[in-house]
Amino acid sequence: MFTKDIHADFADILYEVAGVDPADAAPEKSFTEDLGVDSLSMVEIALAAEERFGVKIPDGELTGLRTVGNAVDYIEKVLAAA
Amino acid sequence: MTAKSAAVFRAGRRDDAGRLTRARRDDIVVTGLGASTPLGGDVASTWAGLLDGRSGASAIGAGWARDLPARIAARVAVEPDTALERVAARRLDRCQQLAVVAGRQAWTDARLPRVGEGGIEAERLAVVIGSGIGGVLTLLGQHDVLIERGSRWVSPHMVPMLLPNGPAAAVALDLGARAAVHTPVSACASGAEALALGLDLLRSGRADVVLAGGVDAAIHPVTLAGFAQMRALSTRNDEPAAASRPFDKSRDGFVMGEGAGVLALEWASAAAVRGATPYAVFAGAGVTADGHHITAPDPNGTGAARAITLALRDGDLSPQDVRHVNAHATSTPAGDVAEAKAIRSAIGDHPVLTAPKSALGHLLGGAGAVEAIATVLTVRDDVVPPTRNLDDPDDAVGLDVVRMSPRRMAVPAAVNNAFGFGGHNVALAFHKL
Repeated sequence: MFTKDIHADFADILYEVAGVDPADAAPEKSFTEDLGVDSLSMVEIALAAEERFGVKIPDGELTGLRTVGNAVDYIEKVLAAA
Repeated sequence: MTAKSAAVFRAGRRDDAGRLTRARRDDIVVTGLGASTPLGGDVASTWAGLLDGRSGASAIGAGWARDLPARIAARVAVEPDTALERVAARRLDRCQQLAVVAGRQAWTDARLPRVGEGGIEAERLAVVIGSGIGGVLTLLGQHDVLIERGSRWVSPHMVPMLLPNGPAAAVALDLGARAAVHTPVSACASGAEALALGLDLLRSGRADVVLAGGVDAAIHPVTLAGFAQMRALSTRNDEPAAASRPFDKSRDGFVMGEGAGVLALEWASAAAVRGATPYAVFAGAGVTADGHHITAPDPNGTGAARAITLALRDGDLSPQDVRHVNAHATSTPAGDVAEAKAIRSAIGDHPVLTAPKSALGHLLGGAGAVEAIATVLTVRDDVVPPTRNLDDPDDAVGLDVVRMSPRRMAVPAAVNNAFGFGGHNVALAFHKL
């Protein structure tokens, strides 16, 4: 998968779960500070990402993913290693 | 606003001839109504449905109902998520969605300004929403997820969605209320108990405005099976609109419904200051317990009668003032007759009754609040909605129950009853402004 496809799919998840406008889901945006995504929704987003990309995001990693770009990079990295 | 003492509250409700006087500045009044019910998505359509004697019940056609003895339900007329933002709706259980919809309506209807503006302080706004069962549909749905996919896939939103206090918390969060937020849980009396508690919050000075009501949304094979095992549900499956028939000789149980009702309560003086037009005075409440059996009503209606008497005393009303009772009457063989006995002993033979569950079905925790709304509108408009399906009144009732068409009559004061499994009895008294 290309990074831009992962980003677009991840933006879809953000919209579906947390109502984030895909136009706002820029890589540098912080989930909590910019996009208003709370911790419960982050858990839901991680599960939806697992379904979409087949990439399981452990809790220890999830808390480190502060921005949209962090999450997309993480998913891309795991997919590349697979 | 400071706390009102009971002495001030009770002072001078009558003229020298003992007649009821107009609302005093220190009455508690109902200034806003909101509802989503099987008869309509708001109060106007619900009230029109009650006056028309429409039924909100229908057969459950889904395959899962095939093996149930009772396959009738009264679902809300308007799906609540259609009135909510998509993302907000998916984090709310169905009962929370209904409560938020009704809460917004009550707030708008009362013409209350945004919290923080126009003298409405968040810290002085309380919310009391009762529920009999809470987010049971979420719990059951997530149990299916657990079994089918495993614990990792259970929703992180499940717990706040299933909590019984979820509807009250959701309404408070939606409107910005930061005073007390309560959830009375007393089965089918929950909505009425919320109103009784709302009265107390205003009288004790713990809030200036209270949104109070009740909700349940629990139509599911398991709940239907459980109530059916108690032999509490009507099995008149071929005639769903005729199944709920309170006070009729051939009644055989209630029809499970879903829905929410919310009322805005405030001091008459505060309502007058902001130019609001109240619907009626919320005069008093009585709350008792049967102490008889966990589910069966006391056959003599003693606890219910005490609740009515307490409500009248609390509201400084005499039995003669009460011309109308909006009955709890669920259409069960034992309950309806016990309630009639209670009404006769606490008020007399003169009140004219209606049984709104004949049209609405039984909204469980929502019933007391939605039916209080109907009572308030009867007091304001001097019209009593008909009781559906009352073809052959039970001789043991011994009271005048309106049927066929609405009855226009003077209603200076009225009582609304709500009872719940557990032996809970709540009576609410309203009178004209």
